Amino acid sequence: MSYSHPHVWLIILALGVGTYLIRFSFLGIIGNRPLPPIILRMLRYTPVAVMPGLVAPLIIFPEATGGSPDPARLLATVVTLTVGVWTRNVLWAVLAGLVALYGGLALFG
Amino acid sequence: MARTSAKTTFLRGLRDSLPFLLVVGPFAMLFGVVGTEAGLNIAEVMGFTVLVIAGAAQFTAVTLMQEDAPTLVILATALAVNLRMAMYSAALLPYLGPAKLWQRALVAYVLVDQSYAMSQMEYDTRPEAPIGEKLAYFAGTMVLMAPLWYAMTYLGAVLGAAIPEAFALDFALPITFLALIAPALKTLAHIVAAVVSVVLALSLAWVPLSLGLLIAAGCAMAAGVATEIAMERRT
Repeated sequence: MSYSHPHVWLIILALGVGTYLIRFSFLGIIGNRPLPPIILRMLRYTPVAVMPGLVAPLIIFPEATGGSPDPARLLATVVTLTVGVWTRNVLWAVLAGLVALYGGLALFG
Repeated sequence: MARTSAKTTFLRGLRDSLPFLLVVGPFAMLFGVVGTEAGLNIAEVMGFTVLVIAGAAQFTAVTLMQEDAPTLVILATALAVNLRMAMYSAALLPYLGPAKLWQRALVAYVLVDQSYAMSQMEYDTRPEAPIGEKLAYFAGTMVLMAPLWYAMTYLGAVLGAAIPEAFALDFALPITFLALIAPALKTLAHIVAAVVSVVLALSLAWVPLSLGLLIAAGCAMAAGVATEIAMERRT
């Protein structure tokens, strides 16, 4: 990354204020006014709409391998997703993914 | 009398939060490691953790910063990840509305996935509890979690600088996101949204300023809602 330190702090502060305003929105600012149902529905999908798209290029074009897919990282992807769907537990999924990654690197790397 | 029951409720919140600490601790540490690896110094890593206090959005911002994305794109994308918290804020208002403004302001600062989930369940079970007890429970859920979040991030940031490249920590970030996404794939609509997000993000990778992801996310959200509505019509 090539941001200056003041620039990084600007991002941190703006993200902090923005996130706080989202959390304070109904509790402190908007109060008891109902939201249109369509907006409520969309809010439910924000995490699954943003994060998969964010992570897909990191998996398919990993920077550490010069941008070409590699078997250890693909294996770790499949294992993390499977364990995550199966256990519904973030920590187990992370641990399984790391084990698969290191196992894969030892096997294929 | 009211004092003792508030204290009991506070301790119950604290006890309920214990299992979550096992997840939050390592997750915070991972942010410290990933943030340091990405090139942030310890003060900046701690700035994120204390001022933003939202793991998924922090990881999102750091990922886009590694691509040198424009500031507005970073903010829009990371804030989009946090929009779900507006839902939490709205859901808790019927219970916490009677609290004083400064109390609601403090609740908002530590309104995270875990404190929301625990408190919502508590308030559903005991809707008649006085406001003091409701606040005490909420405070109990975060009294260990917030300090643990800061401390473990710091530990991760200090350790991260010392971990050699052979550990392939570049991939700790994707694994974290995958682990956050997988349990959220609860319904067909969530799966459709995730698939649309992946396909469009990959095919829009050429769009300048890292804007492809925002477009993909907007379409994915619409696809999730459309699927949900279609499923409701069928039943």
